[in-house]
Amino acid sequence: MSPASETLFRIAALNADYAAAIDDDRLEDWPAFFLEECLYKITSADNLRDGNEAGIVYADSRAMLADRVLALRRANIYERQMYRHIVGTPRLTGTQAADITAETPFLVVRTMRDGRIDLFVAGRYRDRLYDDAGALRFKERIVICDSSHFDTLVAIPL
Amino acid sequence: MDQMSIDAARGSWPKGLTRVPFQVYQDPSLLEQEQQLLFEGPVWNFLCIETDIPNPGDWRTTFVGRMPVVVVRTDAGTIAGFENRCLHRGSLICLDNAGNAKDFTCVYHAWRYDLSGNLKSIAFRKGVNGKGGMPDSFNPDDHATRKLRIETISGLVFGTFSDATPDIESFIGPEVSAALRKTASRKLQVIGRFTEVLPNNWKLYAENVRDTYHASLLHVFFATFRINRLSQGGGVSVSETGACHVSTTLAPTQETDSAYDGMRSVDDGLLLSDPTMLDAEDEHGDRVRQQILSVFPSFAMQRTYNVMAIRQFVPRGVDKTDLNWIYLGYADDTPELRRRRLKQLNLAGPAGFVSMEDGCIGNFVERGSVAAPKGVSLLEMGGGGTESQDTRATETAIRGFWRVWRGIMGQ
Repeated sequence: MSPASETLFRIAALNADYAAAIDDDRLEDWPAFFLEECLYKITSADNLRDGNEAGIVYADSRAMLADRVLALRRANIYERQMYRHIVGTPRLTGTQAADITAETPFLVVRTMRDGRIDLFVAGRYRDRLYDDAGALRFKERIVICDSSHFDTLVAIPL
Repeated sequence: MDQMSIDAARGSWPKGLTRVPFQVYQDPSLLEQEQQLLFEGPVWNFLCIETDIPNPGDWRTTFVGRMPVVVVRTDAGTIAGFENRCLHRGSLICLDNAGNAKDFTCVYHAWRYDLSGNLKSIAFRKGVNGKGGMPDSFNPDDHATRKLRIETISGLVFGTFSDATPDIESFIGPEVSAALRKTASRKLQVIGRFTEVLPNNWKLYAENVRDTYHASLLHVFFATFRINRLSQGGGVSVSETGACHVSTTLAPTQETDSAYDGMRSVDDGLLLSDPTMLDAEDEHGDRVRQQILSVFPSFAMQRTYNVMAIRQFVPRGVDKTDLNWIYLGYADDTPELRRRRLKQLNLAGPAGFVSMEDGCIGNFVERGSVAAPKGVSLLEMGGGGTESQDTRATETAIRGFWRVWRGIMGQ
C-alpha cells in the first residue's frame, strides 16, 4: 500500500470508529477522538461562505467536548433519538509531516422514539488530523452542514 | 367541577387573561386572519440589521408573518421594504437571501422594479413587430408593490404595513427601548445565522420567549451551573400595552440557596471540566447575566453572559415555525471578547445548553393538547395582570402577549 493509500485507510477507519461511538450511544468515548487542544465546530456552508465564525456547537478543548456529553447526560432535555452516520470516502487534501488535512462527506439519518425517520443532516467534515504517537486524532473537525436549517434541535453531536 | 367540565364551561377565553384555549394553536383558519389583522396590522415586524444592507442596492429577503418581503438600501441611503411578489403573476422577485442590485427584474416575464419597489418597465410592453403588447391604457406608474413603512432603532430595522402603528419608540416603551439601546450600543456584526425548524405554532414560541418562569426549570443547565436561578436578582418589565417585555437576571450575590432543593433542576455536584466557556466579561458594567427582550409579534433579542443573539419567528403553517437565529458581536470586539462569544454561544441556538429544550417544548404542548381544543392552558403565576414585576416567578409577560393578540384579533 502506498503511504497515501495507507493514510486514507487510517482516516476511513477513524471515521468509522467515530461514527460508531456516536451511533452506538457511547458518547463518553467521543472526546478521545480529539487532541486536548482542538477545535470542533458545527456550522453550515452559507456561514462558511459569509465568513461567519460562530457555530451552533463550538469547542476549543477536549474538556469542552466532555462537558457537552455531561450536559446531555445530566442536564439537557430531549426526546429519545438516535443517529445513523453514513460516512463517505475521505479525500486527502494535504499531508505535511504529522499534519494531515482531509474532507469527508456524510449523511445523518435520525430515528425518533416514535419511529419517525428523517434524513437529518447532509454535509462534510473538514478535518485537520494529527498523528499522535501512532494514533490519529482530530486537531480540528469542522462539521459543514449543507443547510443552515435544523429540525427542532441538535442534541447529539454530528 | 372536574377538569373536563371546567374545560367545557370555559371553552374560549374565560376569566380575564389567565386562560388560553388550545384551539388558538390548532385552528388553521387563524393563520390567514393573523396574517391580515396582526402581521400586516398595527405592529412592528423585525426585518434585518442596518449593517446587513450598508450600501445602495444591498438587499435582504425576510418575512412579515408568512409574507415574503425585500428590504433594500436605496440610492438615497434610505431603507425601503416591499412585498416580494411580482405585480404581474405573483412570482417571487428576489430569489436569494441577500445580494446587491441596481434594480430588480422578475425572472418570469422580466418586469422590472426600482430599489423602492416601483414598477419601472415591462418586457414587450409595445408588443413585437407591432403585434401584441399591453393596451395603451396600461401605465406602470399605476402599479406598485405593497410597501412597508420602515423605522430603525439602534441599528435594527423594523417595518409595518399599518398607518395606525405608533412610532417604534412608543410601541416598544421606555424600559424595552433602554435595554435595546444598551445591547445595540455599538455597531453590530453578524457572526452566524442558523434556523431552527420548530414543529409547533408560532405563538407557543412567542409565549416561551416571554416565559420567565420556565427558564431555570426546563433548562436544567441554568440552575445547575447557577447561570440563572429565580433566586438571583432581576425582574420583568412589560410595556404599557403588553406588546413588549424585557426580563433581567443579575449575577448571583450568594453561592448557595435552598429555593431549588428537591427539584429535578438541582444537581449541585456538576462541574464543568473546562469552565472557560462561562468565563464572561461584564461588558456593560451592569451585572446582567441574562436579559431577554421581545417586540410583538415576532422578535426577541438576548444577552446571556457575552452572547448576543436575535431571534425572529416566522410562521410556516399552523404547526410549523422557522426560528431564525442571528448571532451577533460588535464590529469592534477585541479578539478575546469575540472568542468568549464564540464559546458562550454553546448556550444558545438549536444545540444550546439553555435553549435546545425550547425547540421541542412547543411540540410537547401540541401533542399533549391535541384532543383538547376547548381545554385551556393556565397562566396565573404572578396574578392575572400584565404589569411589570420585580420577580421572574410570574407569567405577566405572556399575559401581555395575549392582551395584545386578543385586542388585534378581536377575541
